[in-house]
Amino acid sequence: MTTPHKYVRTEDAPLLPPPATEAGITGWLWQNIFASMSDFQSLGAAIRSLFMILFSLLLVYLFIDQTYGLIDFAILSAVWSDPEGLKREVCWTVQQGGSLPDGWHGACWPFVWAKQKFAWFGPYPSEELWRIYLSLIVGSIGLVWALRERLPYRRQVGVLMLTLYPLLAFILLTGGNSDASFTGIGVWIIVGLALISVGRMGAAGHLGTIFAELAGIFGIVGWGIIALNVVRGIVAVDFNLTPVGTGDWGGLLITLVVALTGIVASLPLGIILALGRRSEMPVVSVLCTIFIEFWRGVPLITVLFMASVMLPLFLPAGVNFDNLLRALIGVMLFSAAYMAEVVRGGLQAIDKGQYEGAQAMGLSYWQTMRLIVLPQALTHVIPGIVNTFIGLFKDTTLVSIVGIFDLLGAGQSAIADAAWSTPVQAITIYLYIGIIFFIFCFGMSRYSIFMENKLSKSRRH
Amino acid sequence: MQQSSLKSIIYDARLRGYFYQVFILGCLAFGLWWLIDNTVTNLADRGKTVGFGFLTENAGFQISSTLGTWLFDYKVGQSSYLDVYFIGIANTFLVAVLGIAGATVLGFTVGIMRLSKNFIIRSFATVYIELLRNIPLLLQLFFWYFAVLRALPSKRDKIEIIPDVVAMNITGLYLPAPVIEPGFIYSVIAFVIAIIITLVMKSWAQKRQFETGQRFPVLWTALGLIIGLTMLTFWITGSPMNWSYPEFKMTGAILRRGFQSGSGMVLVPEMLAVWLALTLYTAAFIAEIVRAGILAVAKGQTEAAYSIGMRPGMTLRLIIIPQALRVIIPPLTSQYLNLTKNSSLAVAIAYPELVSIFAGTALNQVGKEIEMIFMMMMVYLTFSVATAAFMNWFNARVKLVER
Repeated sequence: MTTPHKYVRTEDAPLLPPPATEAGITGWLWQNIFASMSDFQSLGAAIRSLFMILFSLLLVYLFIDQTYGLIDFAILSAVWSDPEGLKREVCWTVQQGGSLPDGWHGACWPFVWAKQKFAWFGPYPSEELWRIYLSLIVGSIGLVWALRERLPYRRQVGVLMLTLYPLLAFILLTGGNSDASFTGIGVWIIVGLALISVGRMGAAGHLGTIFAELAGIFGIVGWGIIALNVVRGIVAVDFNLTPVGTGDWGGLLITLVVALTGIVASLPLGIILALGRRSEMPVVSVLCTIFIEFWRGVPLITVLFMASVMLPLFLPAGVNFDNLLRALIGVMLFSAAYMAEVVRGGLQAIDKGQYEGAQAMGLSYWQTMRLIVLPQALTHVIPGIVNTFIGLFKDTTLVSIVGIFDLLGAGQSAIADAAWSTPVQAITIYLYIGIIFFIFCFGMSRYSIFMENKLSKSRRH
Repeated sequence: MQQSSLKSIIYDARLRGYFYQVFILGCLAFGLWWLIDNTVTNLADRGKTVGFGFLTENAGFQISSTLGTWLFDYKVGQSSYLDVYFIGIANTFLVAVLGIAGATVLGFTVGIMRLSKNFIIRSFATVYIELLRNIPLLLQLFFWYFAVLRALPSKRDKIEIIPDVVAMNITGLYLPAPVIEPGFIYSVIAFVIAIIITLVMKSWAQKRQFETGQRFPVLWTALGLIIGLTMLTFWITGSPMNWSYPEFKMTGAILRRGFQSGSGMVLVPEMLAVWLALTLYTAAFIAEIVRAGILAVAKGQTEAAYSIGMRPGMTLRLIIIPQALRVIIPPLTSQYLNLTKNSSLAVAIAYPELVSIFAGTALNQVGKEIEMIFMMMMVYLTFSVATAAFMNWFNARVKLVER
């Protein structure tokens, strides 16, 4: 029989609520705001607390002031419509000859509505706009499909997006029907087929040992020639679409075309450059390194200058590119160099055992790369690729300096329109363009962070 | 026998490597020859010659007064295109150096704010970073130049920032300018000598501390030495420097009102816009680098430092910062390089830097595309190579020495 101790409780202690500083809204407020500014124990701590109070107040004031200023400018004080078709006068104050109160400062949205089509598509013919809409819709569906998890055939859709979609978009946007002789294309395709069959025979060992080695190269060249000429053939077909030259493109359309072409072309080019830089053949690695470091060492704007001024000098007389294609070539080479460095980072992260394992299984260099190394390396650097793409997307604005009207260029030329000349004209259009760019870039950076988290999770064992 | 030796040649990886490399070199040589041949033909068709003779010709266009024009004493019709080249380089470097200084200070501040325990400070920094780095730099540049600086008071009016000393209007920011008189060079010499003495003293103090454990107040001595010695020399030589304040006329003939040329110093609005845009944009990237760098230092390091009795300030200075810098400096350098390259965007608002005046205005007048684009690219490439060399040296120096 145990004697009950007086000092031992017979019932459970009551569950106390957590201290106010630890839970709930007050706890959060305490930990995240007030804890850092309420220590007055010593002089140093008091000074620090005082500083924190003043600094926080300043930031709150700045934030409220700026946010209110923005909301006031963009929404509360803004002029939203121009029912009478007054154009610039709708955004004029009394002093300037309009009807708004003096000292008014707000966005002039009717100006943006009037320039909207121009800012998005440039001087593209209005009755042909459905072609842009169609390619944008197909593009966004394909993109979402390829990026979205748990959808069937993701891989196939992705491949189609990289191969068939550019072709479709090109035909839709330009109208296709480029001049090329079908006989010439036919001849090239026959040449390609011949090369492939020579390659096949070589691989089977019918043409001696030398050809057995070189068969692969013959095959690749043959397939390349055929693919190129099939593309040429399709582009040359007359689909009965009105041709629209790139001179009539503009605005967001150009921004998207430059950015997407840049990224699609720079990825394969970057992979080749990255592999070349890590090659054991000194000539190859030195050449690739020089190429990469050259493009990374100069600003994009000088590359665009070079593409627009020097490219015509480098090519045979009579070969004439249009302005957009020149800029595209510059952007491609430039972003390929950056992409190469991103891919190289991925290649360096691959364990040496992977190469050795592949070698032990008797895979050739290209098989090792294609089947073992690149799939792992590229998955590793998806966030890096997306970040390069964000950079490229922002950098497309630079083409406006060499006279191509991308979104920003279209905005700049809209500002020059005297029919809408008001003091708030520039700020309004910059706000509009800024919002568009922010939505795109912020969205992509979120995707990159999402991928990063997902990849680091899948790598944690 | 014959057959097998041929086979061994074909399957020899080294020989095959040589063959591929020779083949690639051949393709490259052919490509280069093709390009050069085309270029020569095209140049001949246009009746142009190649050569750098144009550099000594006189440039006949106006360049707005900036550091470069002041350094090289630019005069329309008298200065050569080589001067234009150097003015471009000087102005590029001016805005790059100012931008690097500004972006570093702001970037470190915002990066540390981003790690604050205080929600207000932390979220303010986050909003700043996300907003600034997701909007193209060129758009920000246009915003500062066309929307903000163009909204300043007109040429005949001003906003005073410090009354009678610093003021601003649409023609730029007016600051007092130092007027140097003969004799000033002694103060500069004294300053350099003070720095040299400080360096010697620092290494002596360190050596003494390692040997005897006694510390020497290096910081205060150095400050006293540098400020004291320089000021003393300045005073003894009779204060050979004055300030020229910007002069502003409110009265008189209408066309003469406003800031008078020849007094004070003016920073043109183009430069201010480029500087603001570069600083604010790059600071957002630097802030992220700083944050990542500080987070990369394991928490155990701080705890270990506290456990051996270090104060928070010492922990930060001796434990965290040296380790964080190892992570921070490489990407930071590449941001500096980006900033320098991005300064070329100034061509869009006609700030007279390298791309704008040399590859823009001067190229239009002379028409020597190849030489001029080559000269322009060399400047940027030299800077890149120099940075890369520094990076290699730095990485080798701070590399973790592992047991």
